[in-house]
Amino acid sequence: MAHLDKAIEAPSQWEPGLVTRVPYWVFQREDVYAREQERIYQGDSWNYLCLEAEIPTPGDFVATKIGDQPVIITRGNDGEIYGFENRCAHRGALLALTDRGHVKDFTCVYHAWTYSLEGDLTGVAFEDGINGKGGMPDTFCKAKHSPRKMRVTSLFGLVFGSFSNDVPAIEEYLGDEVLGRVERVLGGRKPVVIGRFTQMLPNNWKLYFENVKDSYHASILHLFFTTFEINRLSQKGGIIVSPDGGNHVSFSAIDADAARDDNYASQKLRSESDLQLADPSLLDGFDDFGDGGTLQILSVFPGFVLQQIQNSLAVRQILPRGTEQTELNWTYLGFDTDTPEQRKVRLKQANLIGPAGFVSMEDGCVGGFVQRGIAGAPELASVMEMGGDGTGSSESRVTEASIRGFWKAYRREMAL
Amino acid sequence: MSVPVLNHDRLFRLVGTFHAAYARCIDDEGGTAWPEFFDEECLYLVTTEDNHRAGMSAGLIYAEGRGMLKDRITALKEANIYEQHGYRHLLGQPSIGVVKGDVIPVETSFLVARIMRTGETSIFATGRYLDQFVMGGDRLLLRERRVVCDSKQIDTLLALPL
Repeated sequence: MAHLDKAIEAPSQWEPGLVTRVPYWVFQREDVYAREQERIYQGDSWNYLCLEAEIPTPGDFVATKIGDQPVIITRGNDGEIYGFENRCAHRGALLALTDRGHVKDFTCVYHAWTYSLEGDLTGVAFEDGINGKGGMPDTFCKAKHSPRKMRVTSLFGLVFGSFSNDVPAIEEYLGDEVLGRVERVLGGRKPVVIGRFTQMLPNNWKLYFENVKDSYHASILHLFFTTFEINRLSQKGGIIVSPDGGNHVSFSAIDADAARDDNYASQKLRSESDLQLADPSLLDGFDDFGDGGTLQILSVFPGFVLQQIQNSLAVRQILPRGTEQTELNWTYLGFDTDTPEQRKVRLKQANLIGPAGFVSMEDGCVGGFVQRGIAGAPELASVMEMGGDGTGSSESRVTEASIRGFWKAYRREMAL
Repeated sequence: MSVPVLNHDRLFRLVGTFHAAYARCIDDEGGTAWPEFFDEECLYLVTTEDNHRAGMSAGLIYAEGRGMLKDRITALKEANIYEQHGYRHLLGQPSIGVVKGDVIPVETSFLVARIMRTGETSIFATGRYLDQFVMGGDRLLLRERRVVCDSKQIDTLLALPL
């Protein structure tokens, strides 16, 4: 399609392949946003849609988006998962008008065209007219008119969709190491949704995704972490970046030897107060996965996060809403095997995350600080040389390698 | 402690006085005394109508006991980083339910405007407080406050309590 190749007339050059500098115009321009819709969301990407646990029985559906594109995910009559555009093939109206539900089929409210759970057009109101007058021409073939269908795939209960026939299977897309880290959390377990929240962020979606992949900022910006010694860069841990750059994991585990060190004092970071929690039970948890891991932030290009912060588990769906707004959908999780005590721990530790989260409220704001900060400087660029210029995995989290990995994947998919 | 025999008008005035002081504490007095509006054993939950209706137990804020409320204020003042902003609470007339044992159930609508450092004033949240009051001496205390926001969406962050 020729329009895909419309040149982006950038206000400054972006040296091909460079990932240590990102020009600010990529967070500002409508033409960049339009190309993202075409090349990323409608392109060779896997996009998180919902949990299998949200559509357990035939007729269950979730309505969400891939980029700007509204989509429906259903459990079909055969028990399989289907995905198709949330748009009537007749005049383009939305088919589903709620976020989730249970239906026999989808009937467009406008002219009552009806679609099966699998996304096939099955009925057209007054198809044969009335009393032999009006109606659709004999040449009209319902089988040729339906919303575009997606490839859908389930990975340990996470449902992803793609409009691409070329994107490799999700396992290959993730890479072995990231795949193993999804399995660590969800393999053999049945997640239970314990809450859903939507956070509107005043910034470009890429600024939030950068933040998720930024293992350097965590213990600096988020003082709750460091103040109460939940996480320090000196904990045992590391980052994994998938070979293609787009997916990452940042992880840590308790390292008793490093719990008291003087790295922070010497860097004059603001985390040396002796604050105590009035109710320290907030941090009383249990070893969910039997490996002592206290934190695992995992991201999948272009907009999925699987998060374990202590016993607080959630998936996050990042959806662009124009160049300067992002919708962040949080789904808080437990497991069906949770004891009442374990569930209580998750409810308490949910205070760590979300728009009011002790360790994540800053993430909702900092993207806006950047968006506002760069307003007058589209031709300038951010500097990301922490840990060098590579995009590989490392034992140190004092690196921006996973952000550079994102830009490697982004530039490839965008041909930018 | 059992509820003293209070006629509806007296209770209505007590709840109204409580709501006014609660709102003033957050909007005008920095929120330091906010935990003192609650009983020692209490639940404070901020959630949305969708979650409330679906019986979802997790909240945007979930505090069990006054200690967790104090920790939220301490974190806001000492640990968390956010741009300066304030709220203005407008509370509706309280709807007082049937007293059961020592618990007085009350439902009150709210509208909270947020005023940013940069000058924007916007409607930040609307919803209702689902309260369970108990008497603490001659004043009311919250045994439970479920803050049920009408919208599923929160703009940017929820730092100060509602």
